[in-house]
Amino acid sequence: MTAQAVETEDLATVIGLEVHVQLETDTKIFCSCSTDVGDDEPNTHTCPVCLGLPGALPVLNEGAVEAAVKVGKAIDATIPEETTFHRKNYYYPDLPKNFQITQYGAPICQEGELEFSVEGERRAVDVRRAHLEEDPGSLQHKGGSIDTADYTLVDYNRAGTPLMEIVTKPDFRAPSEVRAFLAKLTEVLEYLGIFDATRDGSLRVDANLSIVDGSEVAEDGAVDRDVLEDANRTEVKNISSHKGAEKALAYEETRQKNAIQRGRVVEQETRHWDESKGVTLSMRSKEEEKDYRYFREADLPVLRVSDWKERIDIPELPDARRERFRTEYGLDDESADKLTSTKEVADFFEDVAEQFDPGLAATWVADELLGELNYRDMQIADVSGRFDEIERLVELVATDEITTKNARETVLREMLDDGDSPDDIVEREGLGKTSGDEIQSAVVEAIDENPDAVEDYHDGEGGAINFLVGQVMQKTGGSADPGDVNQLLRDELEG
Amino acid sequence: MSTEYNGYITTERIEGATDGPLVDATVAVKDNISTEGVRTTCGSAMLEDYVPPYDATVVERLKAAGATIPGKTNMDEFGMGTTTETSAFGPTENPVAEGHVPGGSSGGSAAVVAAGDADMALGTDTGGSVRAPAAFCGVVGIKPTYGLVSRYGVVAYANSLEQVGPIAPTVEEAAQLLEVIAGPDPSDATVRDATEERGADAYDYTGAADGDVDGLDIGIPMELLDGADEQVTEVFWDAIDDLEAQGASYHEVDLECLRYAVEAYYVTAMSEASSNLARFDGVRYGQSGGYDGNWNETFARAREEGFGEEVKSRILLGTYALSAGYHDKYYKKAQDARAWIKRDINDALDDADVLASPTMPVPPMEMGESLEDPLKMYLADANTTPVNLANLPAISVPAGETGDGLPVGLQLVGPAFGEKEIIRAGSALA
Ligand SMILES: [Zn+2]
Repeated sequence: MTAQAVETEDLATVIGLEVHVQLETDTKIFCSCSTDVGDDEPNTHTCPVCLGLPGALPVLNEGAVEAAVKVGKAIDATIPEETTFHRKNYYYPDLPKNFQITQYGAPICQEGELEFSVEGERRAVDVRRAHLEEDPGSLQHKGGSIDTADYTLVDYNRAGTPLMEIVTKPDFRAPSEVRAFLAKLTEVLEYLGIFDATRDGSLRVDANLSIVDGSEVAEDGAVDRDVLEDANRTEVKNISSHKGAEKALAYEETRQKNAIQRGRVVEQETRHWDESKGVTLSMRSKEEEKDYRYFREADLPVLRVSDWKERIDIPELPDARRERFRTEYGLDDESADKLTSTKEVADFFEDVAEQFDPGLAATWVADELLGELNYRDMQIADVSGRFDEIERLVELVATDEITTKNARETVLREMLDDGDSPDDIVEREGLGKTSGDEIQSAVVEAIDENPDAVEDYHDGEGGAINFLVGQVMQKTGGSADPGDVNQLLRDELEG
Repeated sequence: MSTEYNGYITTERIEGATDGPLVDATVAVKDNISTEGVRTTCGSAMLEDYVPPYDATVVERLKAAGATIPGKTNMDEFGMGTTTETSAFGPTENPVAEGHVPGGSSGGSAAVVAAGDADMALGTDTGGSVRAPAAFCGVVGIKPTYGLVSRYGVVAYANSLEQVGPIAPTVEEAAQLLEVIAGPDPSDATVRDATEERGADAYDYTGAADGDVDGLDIGIPMELLDGADEQVTEVFWDAIDDLEAQGASYHEVDLECLRYAVEAYYVTAMSEASSNLARFDGVRYGQSGGYDGNWNETFARAREEGFGEEVKSRILLGTYALSAGYHDKYYKKAQDARAWIKRDINDALDDADVLASPTMPVPPMEMGESLEDPLKMYLADANTTPVNLANLPAISVPAGETGDGLPVGLQLVGPAFGEKEIIRAGSALA
């Protein structure tokens, strides 16, 4: 058969996601072991239940159910009257029972939707389902991979951490959309207080990507199910960040398009994203369809969740908050976006706005603070313990104790670089605004010492006043307000 | 204190509290019920060296009630058998019928009680495993309503079907032991509070053993007598006559669904077993290491060596019944049959206080007989399995003996959480 070369621009990309997020609960999903594992010794956060010891039984953690209901409400999903748990049967050394308790027929969230912005446009992706399940343990291979290692150690500290698997429809048309979706999803989860992005392994993404003929994509972006089934797709695993998702899928998109352009067939396979090398690698060439032999987990009774939906409230979500910031504080779109980028930023902004002027708060949080953090590759979380100091800095500006210029160019930067408090920096650098008397005497001095400039002033030469202002500023070490000095000079010269 | 009939796997004594209702009693515990610090083998080479770090809830309750546990009793491997011959620790012989099996899978528990080597015992009943050995050894056994007794710490064979149940010489003693182990447990989400179903004195089982059957209405499902041994049938009707003489009456019941119970039971039990026993992969239990090949091959070798023939065949059949393409034909069909059996038995119990049948359709088999014909062994479960499928309580009480002096048991089935009804009725006979 002759190879059928295809022009790249005639091809369209179709991506669907399975996103696993760890839910932040105090205890594991089916036992009372703490989930706060950190770097603790392996197998120190375990009990008969999460070790899967013979005879142990799961008891559902209501905190995990609450978190799942919150997710359901946030993505506007249907939460059924009743939800049930199933066993997913497969053998793997990190799985204590060699089955995973998950949800199958009646997941806790069904048919939701998440809106996000990408390159200035609003997009919405359908969430097919979101369900609860338990995390397996983790493996440490000594001297190679699972197939080549001398031996493998199992740590069950992570086993039983509550996970939510969120499955989207194949609604994504570009890797950049996936990144924007994941950013929005984690933002919402953080707003709900059920997700910690800084935790290792808190986000794990599997993505299905296939390439179809561009003509198969309808005006609204929809692609026919049959077309998708005919297209060979790859499942890309081991993605653990927004940025990684975009890179992995961009790589995979190019790889598949190149293959098609050269008339080659794209293998239907599972590929592993190698973050350090920036490539996807084939995991198993001919993978047979897995049969997980799902059936009901009789140890967990049917859970009625219909009334939970009414009972559980969720906080204001990013979109609503952004809108409120625009109307309530009169912020422009850019500032409102920046200030709602994370819940922590938004909360801090509102705290500052309440004490000082909202305009001043917006400038200091959105422009100065976030700008300087960004420049240093720092996150808001890195300074969350120093919000008091940042508020003090804003207060120094608001009460005219230091100039905006000094606050911005000296105090904030030194705070971030050296970790000192604003008052210490002001003291050390002598940035305190000079008192009115000192300025007044500097003004008189400047006039006395520069009779030529005074004469020029009276002759109507515009530059003379600026010269005199500069003299006063020098005398006061830059801590006087130039506008004030200008006025004082004029009063003195005219008087 | 090993026994000639091989009733115990382990005879380490576990002392209970110094007072409580069972302070003078020894209560043997089946070896699939976890005992902290004392090995719990499930009758399997796979768990030969497994020592649980925790007590099953029922063991905690025995200890709190002052009972002494004299040892862990022999059983069919993982409960898979009706004769206690599939144990990796050798078969148990029936102490009251030499050369015959004690029934199973809780054969060791019934045998040590029948032989007087323990005052009472705990068994587990997945498809008749408490009642069959009670019937064959001439003692009393109760299979509680699903959700009456905690399963926490009981090594699962088929977790949607099984319950822990007492075995004792008399109904009153069995009732007393049930009273100790029954009731809600935060570690088992399937246990329900019987007082919500039956009022404040729901757990007063000892008080119910008053032998008062005046006015008792007994339903007799004729399907359960169809295939029964002639002598067994004879003893059964004599026992019904006895109850009639004490003021009870009976009527015949047609329960077509019961003809499908054995098949529905085995498909369900084997499917669940294939999943419940998956954890025994050589990583933490059984033989491990030293095998060639990757982890998957190592798992397979550990399972091949650690499990006995009956366990392997049930795991394979259960895996098959759950597999894509067969799930609907076997597993789903079995669940449909289960729903049908549940509904029809409950309907029959609307018109009767209890349902009665021979516990076992046959007298105790000779040792070795059923190992050659597994189907015969499976069919011996015809009368006990419907009760597990329907989540109901049942008691087996000694009804008499065959001409050869082999024990025959009478089974009485009650409505959900109707333990007091079957205890009251059973106490009129034993
Ligand atoms: Zn645990």
